[in-house]
Formats: sequence, structure tokens, C-alpha cells
Amino acid sequence: QKVSVEVLDHLEHLALVDFRDSEGVERLQKAIQFADQLHEVNTDGVEPMDSVLEDRWCLYLREDDVTEGNCTKELLENARETVEEYFVAPPGNIPLLKLEEQNTYLQGS
Amino acid sequence: AALKDALRSQVSAALKEGRVTPTELCQRCLALIKSTKFLNAYITVTEETALKQAEESEERYKRGQPLGILDGIPIAVKDNFNTAGIETTCASNMLKGYISPYNATVVQKLLDQGAVLLGKTNLDEFAMGSGSTDGVFGPVRNPWSYSKQYKEKSIPKSHSEDKEPDWVISGGSSGGSAAAVSSFTCFAALGSDTGGSTRNPAAHCGVVGLKPTYGLISRHGLIPLVNSMDVPGILTRCVDDAAVLLGSLAGHDPKDSTTIQDDFKPFELPNLTDVSKLSIGIPKEYHAPGLSSEILAFWSKAADLFKNAGAKVVEVSLPHTRYSIVCYHVLCTAEVASNMARFDGLEYGHRSDVKDSTESMYAATRREGFNDVVRGRILSGNYFLLKQNYEKYFVKAQKVRRLIASDFGKVFRSGVDILLTPTTLSDAAPYTEFIQEDNRTRSAQDDILTQAANMAGLPAINVPTALSERGLPVGLQFIGRSFQEKQLLTVAKWFEKQVQFPVIQLEEVKRHDSGVFQQQKSASFS
Repeated sequence: QKVSVEVLDHLEHLALVDFRDSEGVERLQKAIQFADQLHEVNTDGVEPMDSVLEDRWCLYLREDDVTEGNCTKELLENARETVEEYFVAPPGNIPLLKLEEQNTYLQGS
Repeated sequence: AALKDALRSQVSAALKEGRVTPTELCQRCLALIKSTKFLNAYITVTEETALKQAEESEERYKRGQPLGILDGIPIAVKDNFNTAGIETTCASNMLKGYISPYNATVVQKLLDQGAVLLGKTNLDEFAMGSGSTDGVFGPVRNPWSYSKQYKEKSIPKSHSEDKEPDWVISGGSSGGSAAAVSSFTCFAALGSDTGGSTRNPAAHCGVVGLKPTYGLISRHGLIPLVNSMDVPGILTRCVDDAAVLLGSLAGHDPKDSTTIQDDFKPFELPNLTDVSKLSIGIPKEYHAPGLSSEILAFWSKAADLFKNAGAKVVEVSLPHTRYSIVCYHVLCTAEVASNMARFDGLEYGHRSDVKDSTESMYAATRREGFNDVVRGRILSGNYFLLKQNYEKYFVKAQKVRRLIASDFGKVFRSGVDILLTPTTLSDAAPYTEFIQEDNRTRSAQDDILTQAANMAGLPAINVPTALSERGLPVGLQFIGRSFQEKQLLTVAKWFEKQVQFPVIQLEEVKRHDSGVFQQQKSASFS
């Protein structure tokens, strides 16, 4: 079954990455096909494994002591747009264009 | 001392005795890097800081106070490790020009012991790939492409307009690091290993590639791909050197909560002479489709080697092996989708000029910054994580992961000490042939023998074994029990001594290494 255009569009919004062309979509289709082989395996009664260290280690909490920081200047240096100690972003709360409004590959498909 | 020497046994002694100085070593390596530029192994060469570090090391040796075996030793680091004040690109447009504000823990450890950082090595973009061909700085060339051994076996081209030998890939994704070590431009290099990214290029470039147990070495500062599988990898020219590096890097790091808290004691490898108490397992499923008959033969010979030396060699089964690559594909893309979300142009890295809205800026930044491979994995990962797919794919893959890990557990509990498998399906392919298939297909093919160890978090090592018909390196892989690196490396060292893998014969190296040549014909020193 092919992935619907709605799902493809949804993925582009979630990932904030575009498929760009038919090759991109084909790549996803192949990836799904490949992953479908998992369903051949019987996993009844098997618990999902989050970490290979599950038996050995539990997350520990350290003391709430400040051990590092004070590196505002260094961190801001890597950003392209800053104002005083702020990272500057374009206006938020403006959703990406809906599928019908776009001029991308998906819209044409 | 020659650039070919082993760290612990030779170079270290030479430095202590003053037969060679750290600045000499550093200068020779830098000169060799320049004359092997065509390999494209390095993205950044930190000439000034390296020389400064070498001078400081020299001062310490003069005072008789070296910091340890690594003091003054030139090393290289894969460009997905953060290095303070030095560009860290991950071979991606997304991080071009990004100057790390800090050192990864493993880098800091090396520097604290006086190692000399020569530069950052090339890789597949964001460590996604098995050829080191998909980075923005171009592909890495396997030094063996230019070796006497390969050229002798090459069929001369009938049309001689192409004077360039048909160069072969270095493997990936830590191809730059493997090529750097293989071409003698450094004594050791850091790579990373998520699905085989250290062992694969090690096999193709004829060097030792160690993937330590997950949780042994800190990932703090290693730009993450798959948090539950990534480990820093170690590339050296002999097993003893890998043990030295491991000793300097392993241990709990409070900055990485996935490192175990047990104390790690660095060790020297014993010279094993009696293997009769050893039980070597040969997993039959690793006779994978596509395995070249050559490698199958070497694998067989290796098993016989152990048998004839008195070890117990048994065939074992890891029944879920053929699903491990599928499982990896799902878990990897899912974690990648999550890890790549941090790249939005706001705090670091590339930022698009689009400024209509935050979201459109993010989308444009990511479109401009990531290559097809990265974008493809992000999209696949997001698909598998969709509410309607989560149980079906992601959780299912996590369940299969447990089955794969327990396959190994069963085999090790049955008395097997070490598993012996091939590392790659064949020797290195020519670049023109390799790029015929897309990255995902290639990775799926090439990772098949290496990535189950990442699934289970087990330590694994590639040991260069022999040269193929084409004159290229072939390696074999040993997989050990969790946190039993000492046993794993001891066996690997024994094997290395038996096979006496030949030293690469490179014109460039000969030119730079004139001086005191050791009488060594092989890469295995003891």
C-alpha cells in the first residue's frame, strides 16, 4: 500500500524536512517495505528493550550542585542572530502553509 | 622511530629515551598528511595547535615527566566529536563553520594525557553511511588504492587516458579515521560506531577497529546518531595500541549518564600462548548471502587456526540475525528523527535567510543543511513514530532487539567465550561501483555483519587478517561478552600474531619515513 499524500504532508510538517521529489517519496516507500519484514518475527510475550544496560544500571541523581555554566558568551557566539543575551527567531505561531497553499512537490502529486 | 611503530612497545620508549622528539613526530605526520591530501581523510588539520601541543610535550619529556604513554603521540579525531575552538562539521552543511565551545570527554581525556591532536577526519554526513562517500567534503579514498600490493594486482586499463587507479572506498562511516591510521599520518584515531562505522572501515583499510561495550566510554560530546547504540570507536594499527587507547578513555563520566559506574582498570594485554581453554563460537547465520567466497575461506582458515592450536571451536546459532538489520533500520531512523530535531538554525549551525516564520525558517534551514541521506532517515523515522505506527514498528523493533540481544546471551551462557565472524561481505569496492546503489541499500548490505553487536551493546573488534585476490585488506571480527574487553583483546592479539598481516607499501610513507626503520615486516608487534 502506498503512503497517502496526507500522511506524506503530515510527515513533512512533523519533521520540518521535505521529500523534495519522487525519489524522496520512493525512498520512504522502500524503507517501509524493508521494515515490514519485522512482522515475520513472533514477539508474543517479549518486552520491548529500551537499553542494553537495563540489568546493570539505573539512572542516578546527582547532588544539586552547580558545577558548570557561565558560558553565555561562548554559546551565543555560535548563533547567527542574537540580541544581547537572546537568540532571535522569526515570528512564531505562524503555521506552515497547508498542502493546498504550497508550491511544493507534494502539492503537484 | 618509524611512523610504522607500535605505540606502547616502540614509540613510547623512543620518546622517553629521546631518540625521537614529539615535535619531530608531529612534523613528520603533518608532512605526510600534506602529501597524502588526495586521500581526503582530513577535513581540518590543526597544524598550529598540534605543533604547540608537541612542543609542550617535548618540555615534559625533557623534564623527565611525561604524562603517560600517550604524551606526544599524534592522533586524529572523527569530525563528529566536539573539539573546543576547532570546527566540527559532521561533514554536513548544517554544521559548516560551527566552532565547538567544548571538548568531548574522550577528546579531553586524550589531551589531558598529552596526545597531540592533528585534525578532524572525514566521514559520511552525520555518520550515516558505510562508505565515507556521502559527506559534503567529498569521499575518502582508501590508502590501499595506492599501495604497491593493490597496483600489482590491478588489471591495467586498456584506455590509458585514465591514469588514475580505480580507487576503492575506505568504508564508513569513520573512513577518514581509518584512512588516517592506515596511511601512517597518526598513531591512533577516534571513530564512532553505531552499526559498524568503526569496524567496517577498519576492515577495508587494514587496521584494528575496536567497538567497546556500550556504556564503557563516554559519549559526551559525540554528536549523537542513535543514543542507545552509539559508542566512540578506536582505530589503531595493532591490538596492543587499541588496549592503550581503551585504557585512557574508558570509565564513568558524570556528564554521560549512560556510562556505567563500575571502576575501570586499564590493562596490559598478556601474550597468550595457550588457547586450549578458549571456546570460539562460529555463528552459522553470519554466512550471510553475498559473503564473498574469499572471505568465507579466510573465516574458515581462522577457525581452523584456533582449532589446531587447541581451542574449542563450535558452530553456534543466533537465530534472529537476519532480522537485526531490519530492526536496526527502524530503531536507527526513529532515534535519528529525534536527534536531528535539534538542528534548527537558531542556536548554532547553518541558518536559512528565510524569515517569514519560525517554522518556515526551521524547514528551510533543514532543507538547506541536510543531504538526502539524512533527510530520508528523518522522514522514515518520523513515519515509524507516528501514533498509528508506533506499536507496529518502533515497539515491535524494540521487542526484536531483545530477541537479538538474548540470542547472544544464550550463546555466551552455553560456554562460548568469543564469537568469530567476518566483518564485511567483501573487500573494498571501487568508488564508481559503490555509488551505483543508494546509501540506504548499501548500509543495509554492509552493516549486516557488524550491527548486531550494537543491538546487543557487545564489544567487537576487527583484526586485519589477509590480503584479498585484489591486494586489498580483509578483516575478521571478534565479538565478546559485555565489559570483557580484556579477554576480547587478548584473543584478538593472539590472532593478530598468528596471521602477520602485511604492512601497506605506500610511496609517500617511504619518502617521509627515511631514518631509523625498525626491522618489522608485519603490523603485529609484541
